[in-house]
Amino acid sequence: MNKKERLQIPPVDMPEQDPKQRVTNVDEVPLGYTPEMAILEAKRCVQCKRPFCVEGCPVGIDIPGFIQFIEDGDFEGAIHKIRETNLLPAICGRVCPQEEQCQLTCTIGKARKDPTEAVNIGRLERFIADYEREHGVVTMPPKPTPTGKKVAIVGAGPAGLTVAGDLVRHGHEITVYEAFHKAGGVLIYGIPEFRLPKAIVQKEVDYLEKLGVNFKYNFVVGKTAPVQSIIDDNDAVFIGTGAGLPRFMRIDGENLLGVYSANEYLTRANLMQAYSFPETDTPLISGKKVATIGGGNVAMDCARTALRMGAEKSLIIYRRAEEQMPARLEEIHHAKQEGVEFHTLRNPVRFLGDDKNWLTGVELLKMELGEPDASGRRSPVPVPDSEWVEEIDAVIVAIGNSPNPLVPKDHPELEVTRWGGIVVNEATGQTNIQGVFAGGDIVLGAATVILAMGHGRQAAKSINMYLSSGRWSDLEEALSTDRADVR
Amino acid sequence: MHEILAHSVLGPNVHLYRFHAPDVAKYRKPGQFVIVRINEEGERIPLTIADVDQAEGSITLIVQAVGKTTLAMAQMKVGDSIPDICGPLGEPTHIEKVGNVLCVGGGIGTAPLYPVTRALRDIGNHVVSILGARTRELLILEDQMREASDDLIITTDDGSYGMKGLVTDAIKKLVGEGGKFDLCVSMGPPIMMKFVSLLTKELGIPCLVSLNPIMVDGTGMCGGCRVTVGGETKFACVDGPEFDGHLVDFDEMMGRLTMYQQYEKNSLDHYMGETGCRLEDALKGDDK
Repeated sequence: MNKKERLQIPPVDMPEQDPKQRVTNVDEVPLGYTPEMAILEAKRCVQCKRPFCVEGCPVGIDIPGFIQFIEDGDFEGAIHKIRETNLLPAICGRVCPQEEQCQLTCTIGKARKDPTEAVNIGRLERFIADYEREHGVVTMPPKPTPTGKKVAIVGAGPAGLTVAGDLVRHGHEITVYEAFHKAGGVLIYGIPEFRLPKAIVQKEVDYLEKLGVNFKYNFVVGKTAPVQSIIDDNDAVFIGTGAGLPRFMRIDGENLLGVYSANEYLTRANLMQAYSFPETDTPLISGKKVATIGGGNVAMDCARTALRMGAEKSLIIYRRAEEQMPARLEEIHHAKQEGVEFHTLRNPVRFLGDDKNWLTGVELLKMELGEPDASGRRSPVPVPDSEWVEEIDAVIVAIGNSPNPLVPKDHPELEVTRWGGIVVNEATGQTNIQGVFAGGDIVLGAATVILAMGHGRQAAKSINMYLSSGRWSDLEEALSTDRADVR
Repeated sequence: MHEILAHSVLGPNVHLYRFHAPDVAKYRKPGQFVIVRINEEGERIPLTIADVDQAEGSITLIVQAVGKTTLAMAQMKVGDSIPDICGPLGEPTHIEKVGNVLCVGGGIGTAPLYPVTRALRDIGNHVVSILGARTRELLILEDQMREASDDLIITTDDGSYGMKGLVTDAIKKLVGEGGKFDLCVSMGPPIMMKFVSLLTKELGIPCLVSLNPIMVDGTGMCGGCRVTVGGETKFACVDGPEFDGHLVDFDEMMGRLTMYQQYEKNSLDHYMGETGCRLEDALKGDDK
């Protein structure tokens, strides 16, 4: 097949559950490619000499490489290729914003003059990871020689799991400390079942355990044991405790009954499986008319979860215009398909309650777009005297998270920024304390799963170099010399 | 897994458990709590720590059986295990020598109060304790509190034991008799802490209370436990559980405790339907 023929093939759609049906269950919405669909989609790739897609991937997956294996029908070959650089393909294939990364720079999208018509790299990655899981293909790397070095990883989220997987392959003894009773961090408490089935996350964690990673659950570093004791007992420490501090709006009525942070709402629904109440024990106020405040991916997750919890109406309230929403287009599209109402250019002024402190409504103010602000987006400006009250049963505040302060609070020697993020050398992930590294949302603030994994990958390289060379003050130099040697 | 090393019944629906939990026991300080989950379908509930035995690697929890989880716990025997105990969580009590301290406990609030009382006295304070209960058989840890305090006063609502009346009546009496206190520590039902806070504010005695709102993670991640203290929103799990009682908005906090009342009833009914008479028999057994 020549390039011209490949370019003619239209993008292969992925089948989905019908919107009317899917809001009545928590099963995954996109159903995945069949082998035939995957091979056809793989044929769209022209195997660029200089693959821009790889440059767009935070963990540098050999994308044309694994796509070639799919086209050849060698799905096991494809999974080996992906696993060289990505430990969590089933997760990344689902939650990465590919349209801003690998697919944004894809030659096919450019040639067809529509980036949404790029090769569906994410769907192909997902197909291969699902194939591996469903067919029980276990790709165990050779067992490394133990180095005798101990590494502690604080937080079993995307960053921590990546570091664990990368370092255990070098023969270090790895212990992951997790505050919750399950590993996965935001992958299990935050991202809903219908977008990322928890069984998939569990499989990836099981895989790490098979590689020899130790997990210690219900262990809150900074509480269960002081941070210093973890530093003392290990040769290196990675802190990946995430952006677990919910922001509230600081307006009247925010502590009324029926007002949730997105973190609490999603944790109850996902990790604690409130959708199966009373078979499971954790309740969640379902509400007839639920409003989610915010315009990001988390807000979309909340609004769609509310429908599955039985809400008759689920509203998104966002103070800017829809074009300015930070959520992925796909998430907005899915939410709309399911009937989520979008109320944009509306800003909550206060929450109203009854005599028993139950939420009854939200006072909203109309906004209009003014001049661009520091972020380059046109900033919303209130329309005077435009307030009115919208009756609402439950509110979910999804306006973002800040870095979790627990570890820095217990260990004030750790340098943090004004907004609470741990300060690191961007090239190495080193903190100001020797032997201690950090990455993911505790450094970035609330970002994405794949960026956290990219951080984890980088930190793992640095930790490995630090453990083998003992170099700290010139670790960055040591790493760049090492890279030059490889070339 | 955390094995139950001891389980005894202290009073009607009041159970004492000693759990194997060496990680929790190692660094725990008075005033801290744990979050417990008893099975795979279970909810996460915060429970205060009454005592620890570091040599044994165990912690003691005193729990009132009131909802599905605590009733199911009451069914467990020595040798049974639960999957999750997370902690110790929260800020420890600030233990300082201030002079004369009043420790006021009500109901199972006496359980977390006990280690705090002991620590306050060990550091050199003169400690007078007041324990209140509706009726005599609901009183717990009387002997332990007597030993941990310089003086102990008991009040019961019905006069079945000690002084008839409320803990606030006992505080008024002590102060009326010329008692001077530099600090009051109060742990018990929110309504009791509210009135102890109001009274001590009037009397000019600083008052520390320990709050036990609904929590999920216990690490400051969900904000479900938020309380208003001095007009500011605080997370009880990481900023507390102890706060200046004079500044706590108790009415808001008590309201938030009722948020899931209907769901809790449904959950319990569902559980009763599943386990049937076995549980009812057990509850009757407790009443004997």
